[in-house]
Amino acid sequence: MYQALFFLFAASAVGFAINLLIQRHPIHSALSLIGVMGSLASLYLMLGAEFLAVVQVIVYAGAVMVLFVFVIMLLNADKEEPSDRSKMAKYLGLPLLFLLLAMITVVIYRQFPEDAMVQFGDFPGQTAAIGRLLFRDFLLPFEVISILILIAIIGAIVLAKKEP
Amino acid sequence: MPNYYIQSYIPILMLLAVVILLAVGMLVASYLLGQHRPTREKLTAYECGITPTGDARHRFSVKFYLVAMLFILFDVEVIFLYPWAVIFKELGIFGFVEMLLFLVIVLAGFAYLWKKGALDWTKADSGGL
Amino acid sequence: MPPAVILFTLVKILLLLVVLLTAVAYAVLFERKVVARMQSRWGPTRVGPHGLLQPLADAVKLLTKEDITPSSAFRFIYTMAPLLSLVFALLAFAVIPFGPPLTLGGVDAFQVADPDIGLLFLFAVSSMGVYGITLAGWSSNSKYSLLGSLRSTAQMISYELAVGLSVIGVLLMTGSLSLRTIVDAQAGTYWGFLPRWHVFPQIVGFFCFYVGAIAETNRLPFDMPEAETELVAGYHTEYSSMKFAMFFMAEYANMVAVSCVATVLFFGGWHGPLFGPPSLQVVLPLFWFALKVFCFLFVYVWLRGTLPRFRYDQLMAFGWKFLMPVALGNVILTSFVIVAWPALSRFWS
Repeated sequence: MYQALFFLFAASAVGFAINLLIQRHPIHSALSLIGVMGSLASLYLMLGAEFLAVVQVIVYAGAVMVLFVFVIMLLNADKEEPSDRSKMAKYLGLPLLFLLLAMITVVIYRQFPEDAMVQFGDFPGQTAAIGRLLFRDFLLPFEVISILILIAIIGAIVLAKKEP
Repeated sequence: MPNYYIQSYIPILMLLAVVILLAVGMLVASYLLGQHRPTREKLTAYECGITPTGDARHRFSVKFYLVAMLFILFDVEVIFLYPWAVIFKELGIFGFVEMLLFLVIVLAGFAYLWKKGALDWTKADSGGL
Repeated sequence: MPPAVILFTLVKILLLLVVLLTAVAYAVLFERKVVARMQSRWGPTRVGPHGLLQPLADAVKLLTKEDITPSSAFRFIYTMAPLLSLVFALLAFAVIPFGPPLTLGGVDAFQVADPDIGLLFLFAVSSMGVYGITLAGWSSNSKYSLLGSLRSTAQMISYELAVGLSVIGVLLMTGSLSLRTIVDAQAGTYWGFLPRWHVFPQIVGFFCFYVGAIAETNRLPFDMPEAETELVAGYHTEYSSMKFAMFFMAEYANMVAVSCVATVLFFGGWHGPLFGPPSLQVVLPLFWFALKVFCFLFVYVWLRGTLPRFRYDQLMAFGWKFLMPVALGNVILTSFVIVAWPALSRFWS
C-alpha cells in the first residue's frame, strides 16, 4: 500500500514537472511547480522527514512561489511565444536526456548495494532530531545562515531601490 | 510490520480526498442547478456599471515584490526557531546564546530595512524605495 | 490498516465535516444577528423561528443562482481558486484535537490525526491557502479583484510572520509541536486556582497571535482585501453563485479554525471543570472546547461591530514594525526566563 502511495506521489511530481515545461502561460507553469513541490513534500513525509516535508511546503510552495506568482502578476507576463527552436536542441536534446538518465541510473546502481532497501518512515527526521543536528553538530553552518539572510536582506533592498 | 508513522498521516490524506470531492461536488451541483443565460454585457468585468477600459493587468508597485522577498527571508528565520524551541530545554543556556547570536545578525538586517524605509508603504517617507 | 479502521476514520471525517459546515453556516447567521443587535437592528428574522433557517435558505439560493464567468477571465484558474480556498480552509481541521483521547474501534474519536508536526502542518496549510485569494484576483481580470488580491496576499504573508513568531513562546514551554501534547501540558492549575493555560504566561504571545490571525483571515479591522467602500468586494468581485459561496465558507471556516487553534494553544483546549456521571464527563470536554471557540467567534464579531478599518499603509506598518518585533521580543524574553528560572527562583526564596 505504501508502495502504491509512493508511486502516486512520484508520478504526480513527474507529471507536474512535465506540465510545467509544456504549459505556455507562466502562471500555469508556476502552479505546476507548486504541484511538484507538494508532491516532493509528500515523498519526504513518507520517508520520515516530517520537518523537511513541512518546511518544503511552507518555504518553497508557500513563500518562494508566492514571490514567483507576484513577479508573473507584476510583470504582466503573457503567453510565451515559441521561439525559433534551434536545430541542436531538437536533435540532441532527447538523446542527451536519456544519456543523463542512464548515467544517473548507473551511478545509483553502483553506489548502493542491492539489499539496501529504503524503509518508509525510517529516516530520523522529527523536528527534535533536526534540532539536535542543527544546534549541536552543525552549529557553525547554522550561525553562518544568519549572515546569509543578512546579505539577502541587503540584496532585496538594492534590487527594489530606484536608480537615482 | 505495520508502519505506525505513515499510518498516522493516512487520515489526513483521507480528509484531503473527502474535502476535494466535497468542493468539486459543490461546483458540479451549482453548475447543474443554476441557470445559464449569458449575455455579452453580463460577461464583462465589473467596473461600477460602465464599460471596462483597458486591461486589468497593469504593472504594480515594486513594494509588493519587496514584501514577498522579505517574507521569504524572515520565513526562513522563523522556521529555524521551531526546532530550536522544541529542544530548547535540552540545550539550556547554550541554546539561548546561540539563538541570540543568530537573531542579532538577522535583526541587524531588519534594522537596516527599517532605516532604509523599506517597511513604509507610502511614497513620502520611503526614501526612493 | 484493517478495513474497519479505515471505515471508522471515514465516518469520523464525514461527521467532522457535517458538524463543521453546520458551524460555518451558523457562524454566518450568528454574525449577522450579533452585528445587527450592535447596530440596533434585528438581523434576519423571516426564515424560520428567529431566522434560524436562514443558512439553509442561503444555501439553496446560492446553489441555484447563475454562475457567471467573465469572458476576459482565465477559466481554469478562475474555477480552481475558490476550490483551493475551501479545501485548504477545511484541511486545517485535520490536526485539531476537539476532545480528550477516546479510542473507538481503533480510531481516536476527537482528532483526525495527531502528527508530530501538528502546529507546522497548520502553518503549511495556511501558507497554501493564500493562493486561493491571489489566483482569484488575478484570474478574474478585473481591476478591483486584482487590487484586492494583491493587497490581501501582501497582508497575509506579512502577518504570517507575526503569527509564526507568536506561537514559539508556547513551544518553548511545551517542547512539542503536537497539538495534543500542547493541550496536555495545560492540564491542572497554577497555585491551585489559576488554570495552567498558556495565555497567562504567554499573554503577549496570545495578543500577537490573535491580532495576526485576524489579519490573516482578512477580517475587520484588517479587511483590506474586501474593503467594500473602495474595492467593491475585493478579490471575489467577479464571483457569483456557488463559487462566491465557497470563498465565503472558506473565510468562516478559517475563522473557526483560528478560534480552535487559539483555544488549543492558549486556552487549554478541552480542559475545564469535570463533574457529574461518567456519561457527562465524556461530553463536558467537548462542551468546554465549543464554548471557548464560541467566545473567540464572538470576539471576531464584536471587533467587526466596533472597530473601523485600518488604512493599508498603517496595516502594513503595524504588522512589520509593531507586531513582528513584539512577537520576537516575546520569544527572547520567554527563552530567557526559562533559562534563568532556576537562578531567579533561588533569588526570590
